[in-house]
Amino acid sequence: MAVKNDWVRIHRNVLEPQDRTGKLPEDTKKVPLEMWVKGRLQEDRAEIGDEVTVKTCVGRLEHGKLIEVNPCYELNYGEFVPEILTMEESLRTALFGGEEK
Amino acid sequence: MIVDRSYQAVTGRMSQIIEKAMGVDYSRYERDGIIFDYEALMNDTGYSLEDHIRIQQTYNVGHTPVFELHNLTALARKYAAPGKGARIFVKDEASNPAGSFKERRACTSVYHAKKMGYRGVIAATSGNYGAAVASQAAMQGLKCIIVQECYDSKASGQPEIIEKARKCEALGAEVLQLSVGPELFYEVLMMLEDTGYFNASLYSAFGVGGVETLGWELGHQFKERYGRHPDVVVCANAGGGNLTGTARGLKKAGCDAQVIAASVDLKGLSMASDTQFNRKSFTTAHTGFGVPYATDPDHSDVPRSAARPLRYMDRYVTVKQGEVFYITEALAALEGMEKGPAGNTSLAAAFSLAQELDQDQIIVAQETEYTGAGKHIQPQLAFARRNGIELKFGDPRTEVPGENIVFPADPSLLRAQDADLDHMRSSLIRRQASHASAPLTDGDIAYLVEETKSSPEFVRKVLESLGK
Repeated sequence: MAVKNDWVRIHRNVLEPQDRTGKLPEDTKKVPLEMWVKGRLQEDRAEIGDEVTVKTCVGRLEHGKLIEVNPCYELNYGEFVPEILTMEESLRTALFGGEEK
Repeated sequence: MIVDRSYQAVTGRMSQIIEKAMGVDYSRYERDGIIFDYEALMNDTGYSLEDHIRIQQTYNVGHTPVFELHNLTALARKYAAPGKGARIFVKDEASNPAGSFKERRACTSVYHAKKMGYRGVIAATSGNYGAAVASQAAMQGLKCIIVQECYDSKASGQPEIIEKARKCEALGAEVLQLSVGPELFYEVLMMLEDTGYFNASLYSAFGVGGVETLGWELGHQFKERYGRHPDVVVCANAGGGNLTGTARGLKKAGCDAQVIAASVDLKGLSMASDTQFNRKSFTTAHTGFGVPYATDPDHSDVPRSAARPLRYMDRYVTVKQGEVFYITEALAALEGMEKGPAGNTSLAAAFSLAQELDQDQIIVAQETEYTGAGKHIQPQLAFARRNGIELKFGDPRTEVPGENIVFPADPSLLRAQDADLDHMRSSLIRRQASHASAPLTDGDIAYLVEETKSSPEFVRKVLESLGK
């Protein structure tokens, strides 16, 4: 649940598949053009999935379906990729030679 | 008044919307035949190179250091013929406030927008340019909206682009994210119309003029420190503004270095495909932008692009995704610098090209970019693997974009490949000649020579093959 002025993220389809331009690959033609944006909730109360209006940080009003309250970044450095370590070791060997005796 | 917001109606109003959103009437630069007065467009901004330098200095942009990469040079020499292996340098553009050379491109645009009385700026970009515009807007006190192409239809986003969104928001911008598709420009046009903000286009003369400072600095830095100009400057090429601006700046510094374009080879992948969107690991500096924008500069968000790389390019090489990731790791492991990865495209090419040059020559990769969670070799490769891309060691020339990423099994296998520059020149000539409503004149031909840095003989030969 979110209340007025909560920082939320909304989603809306900007163009449905039939309204998209003709110059698209077949796979893209089959799906809508979607939009996501964040802002402060304008309604007094709303639940996830409700159609709502938000005011973005520049003061613009946008409408769409409420999908997240207090949206956070889930960026990280990903799963370990062993090949990176192999690259690092082989680069050092290539420049400086093999293991120290 | 009810405004028609259908796709056709909005794109049909493009020229009026852009004129209002930039204060530039592009029709002023159209001349007889197919001729467009490029230099007039560049000169009409009212900002000279000295003005760009002064404005950038005021807003903490530029004057980035140049680093000599001693260990990468030593490594390249191990694989070069005797006496070969030029000194490799990099210009640390990551030290701009928002972490890339793009801030040079943003600075004067934002400055001009403010001077003209616009309350805010809008830019369409999934890359570093967004952070650069957001940073300059924050510094100069304007509002900022960044429109990104970010997700596929499963709402899965490239970690690199999501990091850009975070950075833009951290710098106070609104970030409007879209799924895959060229209709991004439709959304941008509607936003420009609704907000009355300035179109901080990547392809404006303000933006490309701003990059001239990079080339100018390079010329002067080498002259001051080493008493000579660099022999070769490698520029990553996507929309063409980086190469165009840098080359113009080098010329203005009196430096006649060879200018080589480098792009990541993404041959076979469609840039507008929903299912292929997340099968690539580079969202910029790749051939998917580099080639079409070089051969047809005027299909961006302005009627005439100020980025016209074929005017300045001496050579065009491609490198593979696996090679850029490899050089990114080499930069960390051997030079103690974590940067990129996309910003290391020119460095990957420079490492290979250095081996063709003599040891007393100088080759410069003219940028680095910031790195961090999401926008880093580790999460980008992890994301590729999660999307079914095979990661392996071998000969990068066997890499198939969208299927695998092949890291060089040893440094000798990192080899930039020449792209067919004459083919691109021909393609530009064909396209522009097709717009002619009358037989081409000597003036038209002279214009095409300038557009392609070629010769009248070359242009005539292409035209003859078209029956023009």
